[in-house]
Amino acid sequence: MFETVFSFLLPWEFSPTVLVLCAGSALIYLRGLVRGRGRTDAPGFWRNTAFAIGLVSMYAFLQTHLDYLSQHMFWIHRLQHLVLHHLGPFLIVMSAPQVTMRLGAPEWLRRYVLAPVWRNPVTQAGYRLLQNPVIAPVLFTGLIIFWLTPSIHFTAMLSLPRYNVMNWSMAIDGLLFWWLIVGPEHQAGLRFLGYGRRMLLLWAIMLPQIGIGAYIALTSKLLYSVYGVCGRAWPIEPMTDQGIGGLITWIPASMMSVVAALVVLARWRRSERADEPAGTPGAVLVEAPSR
Amino acid sequence: MVRKIATLLAITVACALGVTGCSKDPMKWDLVNITGIMEPLAFSLTDDHGQAVTQDDYRGKVALLYFGYTHCPDVCPTTLARLSQALSTMGSDADKVRVLFVTVDPKRDTADLLKTYTDSFGPQFVGLRTDDLDRLKAFNKRYRVTFGYGKPDADGNYEVSHSSAVFIFDQQGKARLIAEATDDVPAIAHDLKQLVSGN
Repeated sequence: MFETVFSFLLPWEFSPTVLVLCAGSALIYLRGLVRGRGRTDAPGFWRNTAFAIGLVSMYAFLQTHLDYLSQHMFWIHRLQHLVLHHLGPFLIVMSAPQVTMRLGAPEWLRRYVLAPVWRNPVTQAGYRLLQNPVIAPVLFTGLIIFWLTPSIHFTAMLSLPRYNVMNWSMAIDGLLFWWLIVGPEHQAGLRFLGYGRRMLLLWAIMLPQIGIGAYIALTSKLLYSVYGVCGRAWPIEPMTDQGIGGLITWIPASMMSVVAALVVLARWRRSERADEPAGTPGAVLVEAPSR
Repeated sequence: MVRKIATLLAITVACALGVTGCSKDPMKWDLVNITGIMEPLAFSLTDDHGQAVTQDDYRGKVALLYFGYTHCPDVCPTTLARLSQALSTMGSDADKVRVLFVTVDPKRDTADLLKTYTDSFGPQFVGLRTDDLDRLKAFNKRYRVTFGYGKPDADGNYEVSHSSAVFIFDQQGKARLIAEATDDVPAIAHDLKQLVSGN
């Protein structure tokens, strides 16, 4: 029993990059927690839990046997992308780990690596481009459509480099997108994105996901024959596999937009309340989509 | 400076045109083209005569790699039969092809059983095996496929799940095509002929 659990937790295809990034983030966060003890902005139980679940779930789908199952079962692959593109990044961003991580990051890392990379004009330009309110949602749904195009999906599952590019693109885009929507409200290097526009962006990514998910779930055509080529992890009807995968793309993935919209709505109301005593109730409406 | 930039630009355009000109594949394939996507053929196994063999023993032949098992009720025999029919349309060119049937059930598939089984499909069919399950798994993993054993019934028979595809390698051992379970005999024959005639 112990051996089974142990072998399940071992990487299917070991990636030093994933290990260094995940373990490094965890260590920096823990160090930040220790150093920030007693501070008023120290995260509480829920924020720590959200960060831990987000990070561990992303690691698990990249580096344990869940990765193996994702390669040999379409619906588990969809679950993998739900975690890498939606759930994991969303939880990490919601935990607002930036304060703790800034505290925990070693001086040399901040001074000689992070700061120069961040200040580099190429990084700045690229970041502003990717976080553009029009490009961000297009990229978010574009990646889903791209990797689910049957011919592209076919080769992505057969070629290890392409498979890695697929998963990395999902994880990075997930972090960027949710950072834009539910990250800090005023972000370094970006113009303030109004709450109404955030809602609009969430709605814009939801509709295509419903369309794609429903099509995959309801079509009578077998779209992803590559799982027959690779062999499924256990015997299951290919159409059942595809149907469940479609449902995962359709319902929980688009529900994420609803959950995020509630978060944005709560922040919107809070900012209005905060603004009222200052006597500027119109300030928020300036950014509303009706304008 | 301007001239330098202009030259650079001209070279870039020329390169771009040249590259697209070369990469254009004049061949039309009926099967899925995986050129440049998958690993070249490489293995170290035992053939159905009990001889140790590697990919080098099949250099110069178009190699068709298939993972299956002799007790397989449907997929394996129909796949091998389709390959056999495709080969029968190729005349003397059929000898330039080898079908490597790698058993994923070495416990039941002895060298003798493999030999009887593969011989029944034609002289180009070779059975390959290893008792080392880790090696077998690594070989499967190299082609991003998997296999698994079902629960044995009262008589001790069990099913084995495995890849349904045939991986096709050219004379140099490069991965070129995948034949899926849905590909028919004319499509396989067409692409094999094209591959054998040297491309």
